[in-house]
Amino acid sequence: MDETNILQHLHQASLGERFLIERVDIQGELKRRLLDLGFVPGAVIEVLKASPLGDPISYRVAGTVIALRQEESQLIWGKVMPS
Amino acid sequence: MRTYTIALAGNPNTGKSTLFNALTGLKQHTGNWSGKTVSLASGYYEYKNSRFRFIDLPGTYSLFSNSADEEVARDYIVFEKPDVTLLVLDSTALERSLNLALQVLEMTDRVIVCLNLMDEAKKKGIKVDAGKLAQKLGVPVIPISARNNEGLDTLSEQLLLMCTGSIRTTPYRMKYNERLEEEIAKLETELKLIVGDEYPARWLAIRLLDGDRKLIDTLKQKLAASDRGGMIYGAAKALGSTNR
Repeated sequence: MDETNILQHLHQASLGERFLIERVDIQGELKRRLLDLGFVPGAVIEVLKASPLGDPISYRVAGTVIALRQEESQLIWGKVMPS
Repeated sequence: MRTYTIALAGNPNTGKSTLFNALTGLKQHTGNWSGKTVSLASGYYEYKNSRFRFIDLPGTYSLFSNSADEEVARDYIVFEKPDVTLLVLDSTALERSLNLALQVLEMTDRVIVCLNLMDEAKKKGIKVDAGKLAQKLGVPVIPISARNNEGLDTLSEQLLLMCTGSIRTTPYRMKYNERLEEEIAKLETELKLIVGDEYPARWLAIRLLDGDRKLIDTLKQKLAASDRGGMIYGAAKALGSTNR
């Protein structure tokens, strides 16, 4: 079975949910940047809140708050963790 | 009196500039956001008949040259070769800080780590085992609180010991997968012929494999500018430089 079928992307996680990253489907400088900020496979991200228009959304990652646009969060794959 | 150069590196908001001010007595103001420390501030501090010149590098999360800040910090550590790179980590957010730490340990073995904001960590109930961290990282690790002037004597002593060559480090070096290590080893051998012990060959090899164009350009410039005669001339040519 193709694993992507059961993986969700970060943008699908709802506010308050915790998300376990398994794959970052981005190339080049942006990927580098996201990895540096703590969006690495194995990391658990907490969805904090959305800006007034719904995008970007802020996340807690490695102890800091980072906001991502939908274009970025849609390329970060993993699973919502059971609460 | 001998003057030693110490570069301060760390994430934004880890208290690098607070430490810098505490040691040099300068009132260099830096703000509460990343990228504030743009030009390099430097200040002096005397300790036991030696003089330390501190360079306050821009605060960054990484040193892969994604931004001007990162490039400045990285080029300083690799090409200016300070006597010690003092890595200032945030004890309350070690997970984040260690990313940068591992990168610096790949670049140089003259590193001292200080765990800053120990007072904050204590308040938050975070305990950090400095001894164990030192063992794992292979370099001295010193808990401090720059704001409260705690641990600065121990830090000064360690800095002096490293500057005078009394401390040997065995910095933790990331092991990559077999195929990558093979390529790194190949390139490293060739790079050693070009740069000798002047620059960290393994680190350069890794950067070249990553396709870091900017670094290649900087390296060419450095090699061309160096006036060590034939060897460098050959090196510049080997790297395809036209600017000899």
